[in-house]
Amino acid sequence: MESRSVEGEEEQRRVPLRERPEWSDVTPLPQNDGPNPVVPIQYTQDFAEVMDYFRAVYFADERSPRALALTAEAIQFNSGNYTVWHFRRLLLESLKVDLHTELKFVELMAAGNSKNYQMWHHRRWVAEKLGPEARNDELEFTKKILSIDAKHYHAWSHRQWVLQVLGGWEDELEYCSELLEEDIFNNSAWNQRYFVISRSPFFGGLTAMRESEVLYAIKAIIAHPENESSWRYLRGLYKGETTAWVNDPQVSSVCLKILKTKSNYLFALGTMLDLICFGYQPSEEMRDAIHALKTADMDKQDFDDARGEQNLNIARNICSILEHVDPIRTNYWIWRKSRLPLSA
Amino acid sequence: MGELATEKHVRYILSVEKRKDNFESVVMEHLRMSGAYWGLTALDLLGKLDTVDVDEAISWLLSCQHESGGFGGNVGHDPHILYTLSAVQVLALFDKMDVIDVDKVTNYIVNLQNEDGSFSGDMWGEVDTRFSYIAICCLSILHRLDKINVEKAVKYIISCKNMDGGFGCTPGGESHAGQIFCCVGALAITGSLDLVDKDLLGWWLCERQVKSGGLNGRPEKLPDVCYSWWVLSSLTMIDRVHWISKEKLIKFIIDCQDTENGGISDRPDDAVDIFHTFFGVAGLSLLEYPGVKPIDPAYALPVDVVNRIFFTK
Repeated sequence: MESRSVEGEEEQRRVPLRERPEWSDVTPLPQNDGPNPVVPIQYTQDFAEVMDYFRAVYFADERSPRALALTAEAIQFNSGNYTVWHFRRLLLESLKVDLHTELKFVELMAAGNSKNYQMWHHRRWVAEKLGPEARNDELEFTKKILSIDAKHYHAWSHRQWVLQVLGGWEDELEYCSELLEEDIFNNSAWNQRYFVISRSPFFGGLTAMRESEVLYAIKAIIAHPENESSWRYLRGLYKGETTAWVNDPQVSSVCLKILKTKSNYLFALGTMLDLICFGYQPSEEMRDAIHALKTADMDKQDFDDARGEQNLNIARNICSILEHVDPIRTNYWIWRKSRLPLSA
Repeated sequence: MGELATEKHVRYILSVEKRKDNFESVVMEHLRMSGAYWGLTALDLLGKLDTVDVDEAISWLLSCQHESGGFGGNVGHDPHILYTLSAVQVLALFDKMDVIDVDKVTNYIVNLQNEDGSFSGDMWGEVDTRFSYIAICCLSILHRLDKINVEKAVKYIISCKNMDGGFGCTPGGESHAGQIFCCVGALAITGSLDLVDKDLLGWWLCERQVKSGGLNGRPEKLPDVCYSWWVLSSLTMIDRVHWISKEKLIKFIIDCQDTENGGISDRPDDAVDIFHTFFGVAGLSLLEYPGVKPIDPAYALPVDVVNRIFFTK
């Protein structure tokens, strides 16, 4: 491509700009921010030189192919410099560059460091210019990044934008399933799944998707009851419909199932507490399962042994258990206990 | 537990400003304005702002301002809302707001508001709830919040609220502690905290504390000192900070210090930088660590500075 080291040349073989004939007519413009100490490291010397030449072409507003090549070099040194990216976009427009080649350039830069806002904003600008024909490129590009870092915030953000603006919703739920199969704890993939079922034009919205998604979430919960994401997803499926959530036997059943195993039950117990606070009536079996979680070091004061009593006692007992088994959040559970309604 | 190596951190912060010969200085070049804000605020929290040459700092800061009123991250860099807030925060620290034309800076920010109430970061149009916070915080410090459509700005932020009570960068974006700080901060400044599901969000935030005592920014991610700020400030603003274990978090931050050369890193034994040094000190401030001045959780400035802005004029 345009720049020498983009082609993979070794750093030490880089020819300084001052020795390149095509730059002989340009006087570099040093940064004016006070006295510069002698810079001992080759890397920063090269970087300083590139920036000095960049400033020269930037202030002269030189819209030339060599200026474009120079922005590529500057971006390689520091892909976070937004002014260089800005100028590059002006150059791409002025020089009427084929933007497909620009997609490749961004890909190359992303291979080095994909966690900077400037690069992603640039990518979106290019994709927006190309329009719907860029859809597959963009979906593939983000997929590639997510295959390396499945929680990459920028990549997910870009992907959501692509879906909403350029389309491509058709296979997205399947893609989420694939990622969750790889890592069921991937909160980003759960979020994307929620994004798809609540916003995709191909599904009838949250309510229409609830039945099948509840099954999906419950399966995930049973496999890993300690997974914060699947529990929150399950709760999110009843957004704005708390009564439906309290009354759905699938929700209380999965809690009971986990509680009976006596391991990894923090979220199950927390969910049970929420359910009771919203009016759920625990069965005898549920009461027994909760009672069985009472730990040896809980004394009479902590745990109300009066069986078959009001729901308030059960809610209190749940808080007491959680205070013990989730010590880092003890204060939260104490607060929950203090806030229990008088007749839960 | 060890103690905060205040003297060493002060020396480290002062040395970063001077250094131009290492990798950090290269990648910091374009965001030096934010670097200045992080360093100077940390110094102030540690009670050492008086070691800085104010006139030198202000004259450099002014050389980063553009005709549009916005500030660049350094001399010769394009203006951006990010660095405009940093510049205004630095001026607030030094009580030097009179050196700028407040209306000009205000106009720059006002022009970045979009039809849907959101804000762009600069003329190129990137939209993010980070920019909503920045615009609102900046205009509030300048006493010019009435110049934007606050109602629409708040509405946009609320459209980014998720079912877990958190907020993302755009509607539907995953909840992330950094974005949550921005959204909750903007809502706090505009007096709209009643729109936050405090208990639900508070629970999500306190779930961010992991066994080591540190906080992560999203489920199943590693803890990082910077979340001591993003998570803790959000919890403070919604009055739920007592839900986490303060002692354990203090220990985590203290463990991230370079006790030899100063500075704080993201995790124990990693390399220090100015960003994490600020967020570590700011986190300790919210945790009421002795010897660190209190910081305002919404404005991310020392409380006495915020009081001076709002109660002296």
